Amino acid sequence: MTKSKPLTGEFFMNGDVACAEGAISAGCRFFAGYPITPATEIAERMSLRLPRVGGIYTQMEDEMASMNAILGASWAGVKAMTATSGPGFSLMMENLGLGIMLETPCVVVNMQRAGPSTGLPTLVGQGDMMQARWGSHGCYGIIALSPSSPQEIYELTIKAFNLSEKYRTPVLIMSDEVVGHMSEKVVIPPPEGITLFPRRKPNVPPEQYLPYAPDADLVPPMANAGEGYRFHVTGLTHDERGYPVMNAEAQDKLVRRLVQKIERNKEDIIQIDEDGVDGADVVVCSYGISARVSQFAVERARQEGIRTGMLKLVTVWPFPEERIRKLARRVKAFVVPEINYGQIALEVERCAGGAADTVLVPHMGGSIHRPESILDAIRKAAR
Amino acid sequence: MNQAILEQKHPMDAYLREDRIPHIWCPGCGLGIILHSFLRGLLKSGLPLDKVAVVSGIGCTGRAAGYVKLDSFHTTHGRAIPFATGLKLAKPELKVVVFSGDGDLVAIGGNHLIHAARRNVDMTVICVNNFNYGMTGGQLGPTTPLMARTPTSPYGNPEPPFNIPYLVAASGAVYVARWTAMHVRWLEKSVSEALLKRGFSLVEVISPCPTVYGNMNRQPTGLDQMRYYREKSVVRNGANPKNVDISLNGEIIVGKFVDIERPTFSDRQEEITRRIFAPELPERDTSQQEATEV
Repeated sequence: MTKSKPLTGEFFMNGDVACAEGAISAGCRFFAGYPITPATEIAERMSLRLPRVGGIYTQMEDEMASMNAILGASWAGVKAMTATSGPGFSLMMENLGLGIMLETPCVVVNMQRAGPSTGLPTLVGQGDMMQARWGSHGCYGIIALSPSSPQEIYELTIKAFNLSEKYRTPVLIMSDEVVGHMSEKVVIPPPEGITLFPRRKPNVPPEQYLPYAPDADLVPPMANAGEGYRFHVTGLTHDERGYPVMNAEAQDKLVRRLVQKIERNKEDIIQIDEDGVDGADVVVCSYGISARVSQFAVERARQEGIRTGMLKLVTVWPFPEERIRKLARRVKAFVVPEINYGQIALEVERCAGGAADTVLVPHMGGSIHRPESILDAIRKAAR
Repeated sequence: MNQAILEQKHPMDAYLREDRIPHIWCPGCGLGIILHSFLRGLLKSGLPLDKVAVVSGIGCTGRAAGYVKLDSFHTTHGRAIPFATGLKLAKPELKVVVFSGDGDLVAIGGNHLIHAARRNVDMTVICVNNFNYGMTGGQLGPTTPLMARTPTSPYGNPEPPFNIPYLVAASGAVYVARWTAMHVRWLEKSVSEALLKRGFSLVEVISPCPTVYGNMNRQPTGLDQMRYYREKSVVRNGANPKNVDISLNGEIIVGKFVDIERPTFSDRQEEITRRIFAPELPERDTSQQEATEV
């Protein structure tokens, strides 16, 4: 089939478009979605671009269907993505769980808006951070990344696809309306400058293939449909053959592995950006658009002589527990600005374990924080 | 059990996961018969089995995916069709079969069913209709006949049921048939026709569920229900799907109702893609420009 040349160079684009371009750079060739502001531009961009690069765009009847369609496409061997916002994210929780249970690589983007329910279409929120961790029923590990700019969402979308293939799991991009709708310079490298993690394929003949026999890092290789492996996979608790097993032992073995394949590989997965954390009395810990607002407050605090560090969570889940725990022993306080009534702050507080204070700077959404509110919190925390 | 029976091979053993037998289905259930007819129909179609994928939802019928020795997916309740849609669109060389029950496909998955038919996604749906939610104990569903008794309609069902062939034909299905678990040869033939049909095909199969449904509606054994099918089913090929409603213990009209041609979803997508690149229809590649216009 005829294909367009890869997009390479410097562009002025918004976060949604940059996300779509990141997916295409990562080799995503299937997108299923349902229109929802502020994520619609991702779908629009994919509908424009995918047919030109040999991919499939399809608009489904709802977000449950969208989530399932990308799982099906992934099992066909094609990298797949969907994008939504809060209400759609809630609908996707059911089959996010299926994706986790079947260990299906795919990427789910949430351009967060303020909730609950229909909330504020389409003004910013960060209220889905705990839903990202715990939203589907049952116990599991999850990976979620939080970009702060169009350039970063481009790069993190590629990273999300790589992590999803490496760990055979859906990866969430927990962005927000402001990042989605802000336009900035985005640099897209040539294809040879982009590293992609290929699917982990079985290296045994079909008759010996066990769909859920893990490698040493707890991740099993994956056969695709139509390759002659004739495998069975199920959302039921299953053994290494993929067959349902209804007992506590099988449940223990499977769920422990689903959690531990993320936990044990945390060092590889977690990315945090630190600035001036060493020697700081106060560390501002934030993510997404709130991290950018925080940066301004941190610089002002430093001008006032407060030794202030910035810790930006690029990876939100799994949470960098050890780093926070270690810092807690020598800083006075963590200041956590987020556009909700305290979600990631709970994690920071848990990891700080009372060794340092945790100061939440909540904001209910509809706009980003005023830097002054964060600066005030830093001043109080430094006292 | 007689040793000779245990040692005898079932003719479909090569296509079943023997290590998963015995299955979970009740004595008197029609699913074993229907799965057998499905496999016979599949073999008759001549499709390469490495390129066939079976997708199921949740429920008694949903377990079928786990018994066939093919690439098979046991997904979530109601979502087999969108999963199958992704599988098919991403790998058109696959023949994708959705094998699931009436509650799964028509209630919780009803929206996906009509949209897949509307798009004419190239897939075959085997919809086993036993008039109730068997796995959870026989509760009423969207196909339970009016006034039928179930554990959640102990005084009679007040809801009129969906007529499945009418629903999917109106939504755009290109092949629609209905048989019962008694019509094994017709069923086999319809399965193979449906599998070879390009586009959205659906075969409804009425199945005995004696354990609760039959028991509460004066057909307490599988055999009673099979007798009912023999006495009350009428073969009427080409019948208008509008006229094939099912009533409690009433006549069941069976046959092939729809067999038409319509471009599939993939046909239309490919045509659109072809036009993007067709020299006679020059289309500007706006991607570079779009990126800067945003």
